[in-house]
Amino acid sequence: MGLGSFAKSEGGRAATLLAPPFLYALALLALPILAVVLFSFWTQDFMTIDTQFTLANYREFFDKPIYGVLLGRSLMVSGIVTLVTVLLAYPVAYFLSFHVPSHRKSLWLFLITIPFWTSYLIRVFLWKVILGYNGVINSGLVGAGIIDEPLSFILYNVNAVIITLAHAFAPFAILPIFVALEKIDRSLIEASRDLGETRLTTFFRVTLPLSMPGLVAAVLIVFIPTIGDYVTPELMGGAGGKLIANMIQTQFLQLNNAPMGAAIAMVAMVCVTAIALVFVALNRRWLRGRG
Amino acid sequence: MRGAPLRVYTILYLLFLYAPIALLPLFAFNDATIIAFPLSGFTTHWFTDLVANAALRQAVGNSLFIAAMTAIFATLLGLCAARAGAMARFPGKGGIIGFVMLPLVLPEIIVAVSLLIVLRQVLGLNLNNWTVISAHVLICTPFSIAILNGAFQNLDPSIEEAAMDLGESRFSAFRLVTLPLVMPGIISSMLIAFTISLDEFIIAFFLTGANPTMPVYIWGLLRFPAQLPVIMALGTILVALSVTLLIIAELFRRRGLARAGIKDTGGFL
Amino acid sequence: MTALIELKGVEKHYGDYHALRGIDLEIRAGEFFSLLGPSGCGKTTLLRTIAGLEEVSSGSIRIDGRDMKGVAANHRPTNMVFQSYAVFPHLTVAENVGFGLRRDPRGKSEKARAVEEALDMVGLAGYGKRRAHALSGGQRQRVALARALILKPKVLLLDEPLSALDRLMREQMQLELIRLQRQVGITFILVTHDQEEALVMSDRIAVMFEGEIGQLADPETLYRRPATKRVAQFIGKMNFLPGALSADRREIDIAGLGRVATADLATSGEIGGAVSVGIRPETLAILFEGETAPRREVQGVVSEVVYYGDMTYYDVRVDGIDRPLTVSMKNLIGRPVLDVGAAARLAWDERALVLLPG
Repeated sequence: MGLGSFAKSEGGRAATLLAPPFLYALALLALPILAVVLFSFWTQDFMTIDTQFTLANYREFFDKPIYGVLLGRSLMVSGIVTLVTVLLAYPVAYFLSFHVPSHRKSLWLFLITIPFWTSYLIRVFLWKVILGYNGVINSGLVGAGIIDEPLSFILYNVNAVIITLAHAFAPFAILPIFVALEKIDRSLIEASRDLGETRLTTFFRVTLPLSMPGLVAAVLIVFIPTIGDYVTPELMGGAGGKLIANMIQTQFLQLNNAPMGAAIAMVAMVCVTAIALVFVALNRRWLRGRG
Repeated sequence: MRGAPLRVYTILYLLFLYAPIALLPLFAFNDATIIAFPLSGFTTHWFTDLVANAALRQAVGNSLFIAAMTAIFATLLGLCAARAGAMARFPGKGGIIGFVMLPLVLPEIIVAVSLLIVLRQVLGLNLNNWTVISAHVLICTPFSIAILNGAFQNLDPSIEEAAMDLGESRFSAFRLVTLPLVMPGIISSMLIAFTISLDEFIIAFFLTGANPTMPVYIWGLLRFPAQLPVIMALGTILVALSVTLLIIAELFRRRGLARAGIKDTGGFL
Repeated sequence: MTALIELKGVEKHYGDYHALRGIDLEIRAGEFFSLLGPSGCGKTTLLRTIAGLEEVSSGSIRIDGRDMKGVAANHRPTNMVFQSYAVFPHLTVAENVGFGLRRDPRGKSEKARAVEEALDMVGLAGYGKRRAHALSGGQRQRVALARALILKPKVLLLDEPLSALDRLMREQMQLELIRLQRQVGITFILVTHDQEEALVMSDRIAVMFEGEIGQLADPETLYRRPATKRVAQFIGKMNFLPGALSADRREIDIAGLGRVATADLATSGEIGGAVSVGIRPETLAILFEGETAPRREVQGVVSEVVYYGDMTYYDVRVDGIDRPLTVSMKNLIGRPVLDVGAAARLAWDERALVLLPG
């Protein structure tokens, strides 16, 4: 149809309405990311930017081992955090969906998500306080006489980072799994029992596969942001627990090397996107294979 | 799976979630500079220290202003997107909405870094409250859309048409019929966006200049061990504030459902 | 009766999809008119173009002599009862009914009285203060009716108003709507996919298929003289028999039944080429012991018996006819019910046959 009649049609009006948020996102998301891409191919000397196209930053990334190590560590940490968080979250989501009466569900959900809405910084800081050499756990255990010397392996390393992130992202994992479980038609589960399956086999043959979209969402919602996390490794990671985001920040703010920071960010993003896509694709195959 | 072991597990999980936060009031009123057991006496002087701190007061002021502006603009954009979402399709609609929701899954550092480049290097702007607001609106809009989508989905799409059929123009039909029904969602969205902005650190860290927000200020304090209890006190206040705002948001959401006579199925989903 | 609504060549397409193709229609003032057809036939789309909620792609709509092109819904002399009733849940019943009076210049007490009258008319007197979301489906529909009628439109449009109600409520509301229409005296245009509903309530019915009008007539004509097989099948049950017209078209040879003069059959217009003959089940009768056929008779064997309470439906196989004929018999006291396999004598009347194309 002509542009005039499209504009008046409901679809056209929807498009007009969508324009402000879309243009805003375009200006503040697409263009800046484009800028990051561009910057990664330039170089910076002190305060001036040399806009000549070069692969120097990327070469440095692959030459110096430190970057690869950091990226690898980041991916590993995020992977472990994702695994731990999602595994711990699933039973909670299951409990909420199947064992809580409808009118109470929102209350439980509300209770679960409140910690998420409080300051992330404060929460990380609290873990630092809990896990510290003179912190809550140690002073409590020493004071109770369970140990003589404070434990030193629980802070300023990768373990501390993992614990803290698993705590912080817990609700992110619960919600999508819960939504997916809620959508499952209960009569399918009843049918499975009716056909002779036990509770356990019903779970693995019916419930789990049907909740897969929620699981995938949970994995992505935890994995992707944790890669870019800066606060936790900075506060809790010590020397050996720093992650890729800390390096990016260092390049930008301390070393005044925005192009290098941009390059690192690009590599990280590409890795993360690739892993995410592979994960989603594998999942689709797995689901289809089971028919 | 029977209910009991799962219930126990969930409660333990909730305790794990809340445990660190429970420490806040505990040590905020504790008369000691070290955050450790055993507890010393009760005191409120950390709180009075807080109030006396001028730099902190300014940071709080910045945060409140930024959060308020973010709430308003994110909700406005979210309203546009959610309403468009409830209307007819057009080519590319799904992709556009997906794009607007993208910040939800982007690591904040990417957002912070890319905006820093554009605002500083490309546009040469000074960093101020508005640079932070623009970034916060970007990341809060998806949340606003998620909340308002729920509100719009609960609406019968014919009621606006009915209002028009009964003589109202398109805009007054929206104002008289749709808006009151979506209002609880709007309020929830504003409160959530406000809370998110108030607590946000990474982007603020990159995009504030001489105008730190509260989390950025706290970050600065973390270097000084003697200041830890002050941070505890501040944290207590923040948590109390956030929880209050969230309870209000939840009450509004429930009231909105009750007003429209819809059954509650749980949360902002 | 004068033509109140005139549609000429109305077309509506969404991209490549043609929802309405060349609709020509005249609806008279004061009549109860129905648009009847299966899902997707375009009846609701047509209703919405009359209401002004959709613009036509081409063609014209005139209401009371006025061309409605460019006239938005809120300025047309029509009001609509939506399929979901679209009652405003955050308002009370009285606020709902009085919604359209917002820009009415009358005073508050006059408007309140009008609301009371409207509620009374639909049988909801005293419900004014109730919250609209706390009502049952039937009550919500009445609120929607009152809300529309209080504005005294020239035309009331109803989009499948009864489909969400249970059977008992539906029958009750059918009579209610008829009574209401007579009382108020304005034109009602009803959209429905239920042919029974249309037959009961309407003065005239337009049967629609795929964006076009298949036949436009009063209920009896539609039932007794359907224009096509499709219309015949949509309205009630019908048996179809292949037939061969003689060269001069004066006689028709019907499979299994024999020759009949064409003039005796009901038709709705000129028919040539391949034809079928339609027979409604209630125009066939099974003859019991001692009964004789008033006009014609044919032998058959019962192949299926379905008991409905007030009626029994028999499928009877007749020599020369592929499919069994469906016959409906009232279950009178003392009348036996035949078994499957029993021999049956069928009485038929050539004046009840309908000549159909195809």
